[in-house]
Amino acid sequence: MTNNGQPRTLFAKVWDAHEVRAQTAATPSVLYIDLHLVHEVTSPQAFTMLRERGLTVRRPDRTLATMDHSTPTTPRNALGIIPIADSQAAAQLETLTRNCHDFGIPLYALGTENQGIVHVIGPEQGLTQPGMTIVCGDSHTSTHGAFGALAFGIGTSEVGHVLATQCLIQTRPKTCEVRVNGRLQPGVSAKDIILAIIAKIGVGGGTGYVFEYTGEAIRALTMEERMTICNMSIEGGARAGMVAPDETTFAYLYGRPHAPKGADWDAAVAYWRTLPSDEGATYDRLIELDASTLTPMITYGTNPGMGMAITDSVPAPDQLDEPSARATLDKALKYMDLQPGERLLGKPVDVVFIGSCTNSRISDLRLAASIMQGRKVAPHVRVMVVPGSQQVKRQAEQEGLDRIFREAGAEWREAGCSMCIAMNGDQLQPGQYAVSTSNRNFEGRQGKGGRTFLASPLTAAATALTGVITDVRTLL
Amino acid sequence: MEPMTTFTGKAVALPVENIDTDQIIPARYLKVTDKAGLGAGLFADWRRDDNGNPKPDFVLNRPEAAGAQILVAGHNFGCGSSREHAPWALLGYGFKAVISTYFADIFRNNALKNGLLPITVDTETYYQLVSMIEEDPETQLTVDLAQQTVTLPEGQQVHFPIDGFAKYCLLNGVDQLGFLQQQEALIAQYEATHPQRVNTLA
Repeated sequence: MTNNGQPRTLFAKVWDAHEVRAQTAATPSVLYIDLHLVHEVTSPQAFTMLRERGLTVRRPDRTLATMDHSTPTTPRNALGIIPIADSQAAAQLETLTRNCHDFGIPLYALGTENQGIVHVIGPEQGLTQPGMTIVCGDSHTSTHGAFGALAFGIGTSEVGHVLATQCLIQTRPKTCEVRVNGRLQPGVSAKDIILAIIAKIGVGGGTGYVFEYTGEAIRALTMEERMTICNMSIEGGARAGMVAPDETTFAYLYGRPHAPKGADWDAAVAYWRTLPSDEGATYDRLIELDASTLTPMITYGTNPGMGMAITDSVPAPDQLDEPSARATLDKALKYMDLQPGERLLGKPVDVVFIGSCTNSRISDLRLAASIMQGRKVAPHVRVMVVPGSQQVKRQAEQEGLDRIFREAGAEWREAGCSMCIAMNGDQLQPGQYAVSTSNRNFEGRQGKGGRTFLASPLTAAATALTGVITDVRTLL
Repeated sequence: MEPMTTFTGKAVALPVENIDTDQIIPARYLKVTDKAGLGAGLFADWRRDDNGNPKPDFVLNRPEAAGAQILVAGHNFGCGSSREHAPWALLGYGFKAVISTYFADIFRNNALKNGLLPITVDTETYYQLVSMIEEDPETQLTVDLAQQTVTLPEGQQVHFPIDGFAKYCLLNGVDQLGFLQQQEALIAQYEATHPQRVNTLA
């Protein structure tokens, strides 16, 4: 589909279709939001603002709330209730319940059948669809871009804007094509693609851009793998990452609770087919990567850009020219207690965390289970497996994955953000090392003083078994 | 929001790149339902040791840093999470502006909506400011948003860019929601002419 005959990108088509008011010399664009996802941590102050000004939620029917960040993932008690030990978290959850009740917003409350991580439930309910604009007070909203939606994280002031007007004031970002050629080798996964991209461009490399992931490797990925990649776009600085919808997208969506039905489905698919970037559409920038040369990746530092092939050695600060960059790497290695030139393979870890909005979907759990089946986790390692939603949990239990994890000696927990954000009781102790399938290795991210190595579910499962950082290809 | 006026304040330097919002305010401080008191959590794990005592070598704990209003930090300041608690914590502590070579997108948006000024300078100016502050920890800078300038102690002026709409809102103490509410007719028209993609209540 062209506009005035000009070929357009996927991003441009979605953006243009949602401009309520075009940018002028004095004002940015006003963008309409199709779906607003809400959670307990970044919404309370926005609801307070609505009350102070006597405002209502304009479109509760385009809004959905869940509880995920501050929720415990400890097993249910005898009454089937997930106990909340932290009174501050309990108060925050009660506040969300009251806000949703007062403003008429549907809520997937803790313990209910559809509750889960906000970026897991949108897709699984069929709410996340191609061509939509989707926002949430959470930077990993970029996840939903896997469907060809324009999805990005916003702050609490903006949460208030969307609640009140269903719109946002936005400056049009630039576009960057991230072309991933070739095919992945065995033992290498979507997580390794995105860790390699971020290692290449750095955590600020995509600032000001929306990524569109293209190329043979991306087309070959499942929806859940595409979500893993789009999820971490923000770790490369890009607020949003998108993948053009195709048959894989439609097949994933078909039959989901909120997906269109009957004639509406046919009409929706016809529209979705118009969304991929036109032949000849141009991007402001191009990043290229060859998937066939990738190995499993791991991070060694304190941001997701400090990543390398798992077989490599930790880089040395004195090889960097910029004083600021040198100081930053030096600080990171001190925090991680790693030496320049050190290899990470064989390094003992204390905890393995499999979960988060990056890697807690059913296919992630199947991958981890495929490695752990019939084996035992190393005795000194705590292994936590945290499904992304109650639905993922039920599915995994139907498939017997929970039994594989439990028999291996891992913990099988309730759904939530868990140790990715460590504000819910799940956290590292000071000095502990973890291999984590989550998205951030910032200082203290998984608990004050904790040290995180980001990796794929396959690498995490392999490390769980040996107790030391392990190249999963040696176990395949 | 109060209109932003020209101010002169002490600057402190934190020459670290990619300072993420988990450092600016760790997640355990986010279990609140209001904005009050978040200044206490600012850089909590860099400011205090495991026993809660101030780490003497951290810049904000040095006596000469008391009363600082301008933070000079390495590139990509505010990367990571979308938590608006980050600008709330910086403002709560007493900062009015952050100077860096570039900011993470979400942080910059959040800062502008709260009257915390993100000032982008080139790398040369950044290093000049860092060494100037290291030599004289009492260094004062003057920030003039209307003129979009930072004035250094010797009188040197550095121009900085800012989105015109954000500048208008800051100078007039206008919050951006008012502008969106004025678009009601256009929003209603948009809704009437575009299909609803999903209904969360259905």
